[in-house]
Amino acid sequence: MTLVYIHSENGLSKAAKEVVTYAKKLGDGVSVITNGNTAADVLTQLGEYGASSVMVDRSVSIEDHQQLLDLVVFAAEKTGATTIIFSHDLTAKAIAPRLSVRLNAGLVSGATDVPNESNAIRVNVFSGKAFGFVKVNSAKRIISLLPNSIQPEITGSACGVEEINSGAATGRIKLITTKKPEGEIPLPEAELVVSAGRGLKGPENWGMVEDLAKSLGAATACSRPVADIGWRPHHEHVGQTGVAIRPNLYIAAGISGAIQHLAGVNGSKVIVVINTDQEAPFFKAADYGVIGDAFEVLPKLTEAIRKFKAGQN
Amino acid sequence: MKILVCISKAPDTTSKIAFTSGNTSFDENGVQYIVNPYDEWYALVRALELKETLGGNVTIITVGNAVDESIMRKALAIGADDAVRIDAEPKDAYFTAMQIAAFAKNQSFDLVLVGKETINYNGSQVGGMIAEALELPFVSLASKLDVAGDVITLEREIAGGVQVVEVSTPAVISCAKGMAEQRIPNMRGIMAARTRQLTVVPAVEIQELTSYVLYDLPVAKSACKMISPDNMDELVQLLHNEAKVI
Ligand SMILES: Cc1cc2nc3c(=O)[nH]c(=O)nc-3n(C[C@H](O)[C@H](O)[C@H](O)COP(=O)(O)OP(=O)(O)OC[C@H]3O[C@@H](n4cnc5c(N)ncnc54)[C@H](O)[C@@H]3O)c2cc1C
Ligand SMILES: Nc1ncnc2c1ncn2[C@@H]1O[C@H](COP(=O)(O)O)[C@@H](O)[C@H]1O
Repeated sequence: MTLVYIHSENGLSKAAKEVVTYAKKLGDGVSVITNGNTAADVLTQLGEYGASSVMVDRSVSIEDHQQLLDLVVFAAEKTGATTIIFSHDLTAKAIAPRLSVRLNAGLVSGATDVPNESNAIRVNVFSGKAFGFVKVNSAKRIISLLPNSIQPEITGSACGVEEINSGAATGRIKLITTKKPEGEIPLPEAELVVSAGRGLKGPENWGMVEDLAKSLGAATACSRPVADIGWRPHHEHVGQTGVAIRPNLYIAAGISGAIQHLAGVNGSKVIVVINTDQEAPFFKAADYGVIGDAFEVLPKLTEAIRKFKAGQN
Repeated sequence: MKILVCISKAPDTTSKIAFTSGNTSFDENGVQYIVNPYDEWYALVRALELKETLGGNVTIITVGNAVDESIMRKALAIGADDAVRIDAEPKDAYFTAMQIAAFAKNQSFDLVLVGKETINYNGSQVGGMIAEALELPFVSLASKLDVAGDVITLEREIAGGVQVVEVSTPAVISCAKGMAEQRIPNMRGIMAARTRQLTVVPAVEIQELTSYVLYDLPVAKSACKMISPDNMDELVQLLHNEAKVI
């Protein structure tokens, strides 16, 4: 049996569909354990992606990692699962390592593919500059799947949803407040990202970047110096010391493409680079390049996207 | 305040990444090692700041071989009081975490700090594993850390936002950007660190749970297609029809 833990707050995320699809590909039966407010008649759709049953414990807080851990342990024991799958997000980073010790189960974090013929699992290493293949030596294993690594696939039909009460106790970490920026697309989950660097000259010029992002429905990101000087918030900083992302499309304007920046974005499927300097190292990592002034190119590109979108409707 | 900071090595970011022995091991030829940036910039510096305001002692610990003593001396130069090396090749995150937990078990540290992740293996595993082995709370990916008495107040990244939490000492914390600023060691620190005695502890017997069996390099991108800045419609068409991303 394969057990999948998902967040299910306000519906089913793409990440949730990805991990259930992934679990299905492993070949065993798939049980899902979740918490949160998503209604049973929505959770049942997980069956379409391969789940044979869903358990939901609504008493467990998404923000209490210790309680969540106990919930997953409870579900693992109940289902007798030998493989446990997470999406490689902030929750997985908090609980999967503890679970690994608790169950004596090898942890493969940031998996980008299903196990190969020799049962080794591909992960990114050296900040995305290489791949490693990891084998698990223990009887049980835990895999956290890097978001955007596989496409959700519909292969089945609705499944049963059981409301449970695991009795998981609250943890020793006391929650004071939570701040969630409203309406923004969280960077690690974004499929389209528009990013800019020091070439934009100052924070007052970010309107162009936001306009392009809005026309695409993209998230915004930036290079490290831009976050360090305070032109943009820290959570937008991508790269080796910031967030690592792998969207379908990454548009970089006024970013030179230093190796530490590339380390966080070179997993992107398609990279577009806009830079005045034709020697900018970023062009070597790009699929499409525009040699030109971001102050002119960004508004033109936004215009072209709007025209394209209007034509599609 | 007694603080343990876990320090790992990482190849300098400009290092050429290559593999040997039929792609089964990392080619260390010509690779310069640095202290993993998260461990140095955030965990270690914040630990030193806490010591400076609250008093106490900062010990750094590395699971590694004798050659790793150079990065330990860097940490001493920045200001750590003591340095411990567990004499073993860090086989996997579990092995490493169990070594550190075995050392820390009866030492009554108030805080155990790790970095957010190592930049070579990017696992983000060791901290949570130490916490579980020591049965301590684990606050992951903290970007702010303050201590008053035995209460630790932290800001941490969670899905889609930031959470402020409190926890009592002792606890294990993984440290991310925002917690502190990089410190450059001064000459006196560097000179003093050169001759400092490092404690070497034998490893305990632990079976690793995972192993890297093979490595591979990504295929090089085909040449970048250049588009005239006056022809953004063409770029949009290429993104739609050729790249199929919009
Ligand atoms: C250990 C370490 C870790 C690091 N981690 C990160 C990280 O995580 N993320 C990160 O981003 N950096 C990181 N850095 C910094 C990195 O090395 C670079 O310094 C940084 O990425 C440069 O940012 P930039 O490209 O915005 O600025 P610059 O290097 O100043 O480049 C600006 C670019 O804009 C172009 N430009 C100027 N005007 C225009 C215009 N009008 N239109 C279009 N283009 C224009 C220029 O040609 C140039 O290429 C790290 C460095 C170190 C040492
Ligand atoms: N060999 C090691 N010795 C000491 N600490 C380590 C070692 N490897 C990892 N760590 C610590 O654990 C953190 C997370 O590492 P990882 O789980 O490999 O991403 C690092 O930032 C270090 O603080």
